Amino acid sequence: MTALSALIRRDIRIALRVGGGALIGVLFFLTVVVLMPFAIGPDLALLSRLGPAILWLGALLASLLTLDRLFMADHEDGSLDLITMSRTPLELACAAKALAHWLAAGLPLIVATPVLGLLLNLDMVATAAVALTLLAGTPALTFTGMIGAALAVTLHRGGLLMAVLVLPLSIPVLIFGVAASQAVIVGPMTFGAPFSILCALSLVSLVVGPFAAAASLRHGLD
Amino acid sequence: MTLIDLANPTRFLALTARVLPWLAAATVILLAIGLYQSAYAPDDYQQGATVKIMFIHVPNAWLSMFVWGVMSIASLGTLVWRHPLADVAAKAAAPIGAAFTFLALLTGSLWGRPMWGTYWEWDARLTSVLILFLMYLGLMALWRAVDDPSRAARAAAVLTLVGAINLPIIKFSVDWWNTLHQPASVMRMGGSALDKSFLIPLLVMAIAFTLLFVTLHLAAMRNEILRRRVRSLQMMQASRVAFSSAGSREGSASNEVGAA
Amino acid sequence: MRLAGHGLRCVRGGREVFAGLDFAAVSGEALAVMGRNGSGKTSLLRLIAGLLVPAGGTIALDGGDGELTLPEQCHYLGHRDALKPALSVAENLAFWADFLGGERFEAIESLAKVGLDHATHLPAAFLSAGQRRRLSLARLLTVRRPVWLLDEPTTALDVAGQDMFAGLMRTHLAAGGMIIAATHAPLGVDSRELRIGGAA
Repeated sequence: MTALSALIRRDIRIALRVGGGALIGVLFFLTVVVLMPFAIGPDLALLSRLGPAILWLGALLASLLTLDRLFMADHEDGSLDLITMSRTPLELACAAKALAHWLAAGLPLIVATPVLGLLLNLDMVATAAVALTLLAGTPALTFTGMIGAALAVTLHRGGLLMAVLVLPLSIPVLIFGVAASQAVIVGPMTFGAPFSILCALSLVSLVVGPFAAAASLRHGLD
Repeated sequence: MTLIDLANPTRFLALTARVLPWLAAATVILLAIGLYQSAYAPDDYQQGATVKIMFIHVPNAWLSMFVWGVMSIASLGTLVWRHPLADVAAKAAAPIGAAFTFLALLTGSLWGRPMWGTYWEWDARLTSVLILFLMYLGLMALWRAVDDPSRAARAAAVLTLVGAINLPIIKFSVDWWNTLHQPASVMRMGGSALDKSFLIPLLVMAIAFTLLFVTLHLAAMRNEILRRRVRSLQMMQASRVAFSSAGSREGSASNEVGAA
Repeated sequence: MRLAGHGLRCVRGGREVFAGLDFAAVSGEALAVMGRNGSGKTSLLRLIAGLLVPAGGTIALDGGDGELTLPEQCHYLGHRDALKPALSVAENLAFWADFLGGERFEAIESLAKVGLDHATHLPAAFLSAGQRRRLSLARLLTVRRPVWLLDEPTTALDVAGQDMFAGLMRTHLAAGGMIIAATHAPLGVDSRELRIGGAA
């Protein structure tokens, strides 16, 4: 346990220090959301109808694009070799790294959601619904995206290739996340059904993500 | 006193240590006068008491642009004149400018609330300020992303100047975009000309806020200079440790480097 | 304790690096792996560390901790120092102590042994290449592992640093440890030579 908490604390610390990328994700989220009205137009009624979709898209892109270097940095400085050799199972180490990333880069997105909800004319209930679905759904994004980050190490390619690999995998999360928030705002569906599926997706990815990432890292060793 | 005299950080620190208390006192006095006058300014016949937000909002909005101007001059100082304190000035100004811009947004949205019925309207003026705010945040992120300040300085200077050229273009585009979608902007300041009872407190507040910026900026520059000194002292300490532990033969470092 | 490999074959990127390689080392012994560039010195160390999968042959450790796999009983010191520039010297070492199962108080002692005890609170970004190498040597002292796998360990170390490191290796060997080092230069401790790659 000390090993895993040490890994989580280290990754969060690095993300928050000078040169860390935690807050750039939030800035990206903010910028993407602010760009949308320039494409759609400043019609508040329209924006509030599209609001949940815009916020979800922004959060999706922000959380996946910051994942790029999840394993790459450790690979480049040799830390990944030592992590692989250690007594801590690689699957658990991967899960710890993803958790640290979610805490440092995913959670701030949810904290920023109410401000962005204001810009998109969402009322209190709608904003709360989007924030809640993001809270339940972003772990799924991080833990699925982690597979792409591990593949990026294997392939020695990051950036866009990773996004192309991972974005299709995140479609279900997007569907049910937006559906649950829309259910609160316009109905007619109930909030419970899509939200439960969203939580289920997160739980599944919590299990599958670390195993797939660890397998990919093991095969990518050289 | 010329800019050349200020080039020496030690002289800058000594000078600002003497000037800062006076500046701070002047800021406090002017702010007190300005706030008093704003509080006793008459209510607007249309907007009522909410018009008083203007006395805070307008100085902040003015400073949000003024600070970018200051940073642009400092960036020219970095790139063209290579003034040693220019990048210190640019770096110290960015968070302060972002804070003023944020306050302009906040007061603007509070002011808009009774008129629009929402806290945010994609009004041309506010939207431009929002983009300015994003650019400030991006600039701060750039400063934070690189550990070595002298390396970050040139990149930040280029970005600042590009921003300065782009800001009018952005403002024009946003205005155009906005009129395309909604012909009349809601926020007008009580007719075309301001009454004298509004104008004087507004001017006092604008000067007070500008002084506030100068005070904060000089203090932040002092902090930045000291921070860089701590940094170089640390680097010196790191290398001295190597000397003491390595004895006299430090320097004949690496032997054969060969990859297997 | 005896570490032995039999008939090892290594293929990387479709190219056979070596084949039919045998080696053995016992407690208290240092094995210096010599050979020209590209002969597979690093690959051999990474095979032992479990970071590469052999295309053929076996590696076995007799007399170690039966509960643990071979890589879990090894320290691997590669070309890269596994340090984070944003963290301080002490934080870097404390992380590896916690993660690999060492004691933090030993971390402070080992920083003194490698001559970095006055730099503990400084960011690792300020360290020179030689100091970074010293910091990663401190990791070997903080966390106990019987087998040290060292890849060009003395690169970037100055003469005094090499003397210090030779002392550390002697202590490790005297305590029953084992060292397998890929090197071009003399290790600085009594070692047996393992030449791979044949004639160039």
